[in-house]
Amino acid sequence: MYSEKVMDHFQNPRNVGEIENASGVGTVGNAKCGDIMRMYLDIDENGIIQEAKFKTFGCGAAVATSSMATELVKGKTIQEALEVTNKAVMDALDGLPPVKVHCSLLAEEAIHAALWDYAEKHGIKIEGLTKPKSDIHEGEEEEQEEY
Amino acid sequence: MEKLIYLDNAATTKTSPSVVEAMLPYFSELYGNASSIYSIGTKSKEAINKSRETIAATLGAKPEEIYFTAGGSEADNWALKATAEAYASKGKHIITTKIEHHAILHSCEYLEKKGYEVTYLDVDEDGVVKLDQLEKAIRPDTILISVMYANNEIGTIQPIREIGEIAKKHGILFHTDAVQAYGQLPINVDECKIDMLSSSGHKLNGPKGIGFLYIRKGVKIRSFVHGGAQERKRRAGTENVPGIVGYAKAVEEAFATMQERTGQERMLRDYLVDRVLQEIPYTRLNGHRTLRLPNNANFSFQFIEGESLLIMLDMEGICGSSGSACTSGSLDPSHVLLAIGLPHEIAHGSLRLTLGADTTKEDIDYVVEKTKAIVERLRSMSPLYEDFLAAGKKGAGK
Repeated sequence: MYSEKVMDHFQNPRNVGEIENASGVGTVGNAKCGDIMRMYLDIDENGIIQEAKFKTFGCGAAVATSSMATELVKGKTIQEALEVTNKAVMDALDGLPPVKVHCSLLAEEAIHAALWDYAEKHGIKIEGLTKPKSDIHEGEEEEQEEY
Repeated sequence: MEKLIYLDNAATTKTSPSVVEAMLPYFSELYGNASSIYSIGTKSKEAINKSRETIAATLGAKPEEIYFTAGGSEADNWALKATAEAYASKGKHIITTKIEHHAILHSCEYLEKKGYEVTYLDVDEDGVVKLDQLEKAIRPDTILISVMYANNEIGTIQPIREIGEIAKKHGILFHTDAVQAYGQLPINVDECKIDMLSSSGHKLNGPKGIGFLYIRKGVKIRSFVHGGAQERKRRAGTENVPGIVGYAKAVEEAFATMQERTGQERMLRDYLVDRVLQEIPYTRLNGHRTLRLPNNANFSFQFIEGESLLIMLDMEGICGSSGSACTSGSLDPSHVLLAIGLPHEIAHGSLRLTLGADTTKEDIDYVVEKTKAIVERLRSMSPLYEDFLAAGKKGAGK
């Protein structure tokens, strides 16, 4: 069901790990739905993303989209990184099964969340970036669905 | 051939070679329609009758109480919908459980839309139905109790005899979905006061596309599939003769080998469970420790997600299944794991391994080693594990 590229990025994920004292860290998704992505960015004084790393709890597509998203933002400026949309991540992976499209959205949100954290820490405003909506505590208070 | 360790026998089983052999003549030479009067037709009829007798004998039932269907789901649909229809004048209330197979749950949801009321009983943390809750749920208009014999995901065996007693005492029909239990456990429909029982061929090394519904004499349900007069006018359609013959052959083998086979499976399963729980931290066994199907093991590994685990196991030649949302095609993880009280994130990290007659100790050792390494790898990538470790450090530093 997955493309060769998705399988490759799942089996050999690029940039897994943490960055100590990262410039920005963003965590999106929630355990209830089964996907959590955390992205770490190291951004230099010129606003270039020098390093990107991730940790993900989720399915094969969640791991692969995280891996691809880190690859795509590395070496980019903040503005360029904002243009790494879920579609760009999907295209770079040669597509995803329809039920897995939300994983690519999560990858886009993870980039945005990490950039938002960077902007907050540095007291700057990034043009075109809005506060990410998804967070890992979302929905935790909800009652379990009854039959 | 690449290594293949098949531990998903609750999903389906390999058709036994002797079953295939028994079926073959009914494709190539004895292909006659069992309703025809010439000899190859009557030979089909005879084969069906003989198969029906074989199966009936294993349940303590009469041959004319066995009705062949196209599988377990049809049997479940038939039992529920036809009972609801036939007994609507008595009442429109049905009792079932939260951990049934979707063939039951979705049939119940369908009936609710048609004006029936359904009570879904809770189960305890081991997945056992609460009998006091069952007693309390019974109303004057209750027409059917449907409780599975054993659960397909966590393997928990239900107190069927007690449920049968309760149903009988209140004069309510009792149906059980025995798709997972039939061939694994001895079942007697009289001792357990079972009125209807569903079963499926491919779960016990028989062919796919064949099942049966046992209907006790006197239960007034009508035809679900309309057409010809097959199956005593209760289930139309030209009989799947090769399927029926293969099914009976598989049943014969399953019952002849039951004690030895399930003894071996139980021993290897316990070995698997013990090793996994001892060697992989933050792991739990789902389902009852002893009141469970002999070949079933179901684990939850904290901090990881089931689909990732399954793909990585598959790359090592191991077939298993998971109750994670990603494998169910919805956003919610398994309804069974939620019903036993697991939080979502732990339900997402589940792995079901179901052994077969040819599973060996070497297979189990290989699976444990691979699972250990994969769980460790996925945890090293998991933000939940990272948070857990960070919290631990903080706690220790205080």
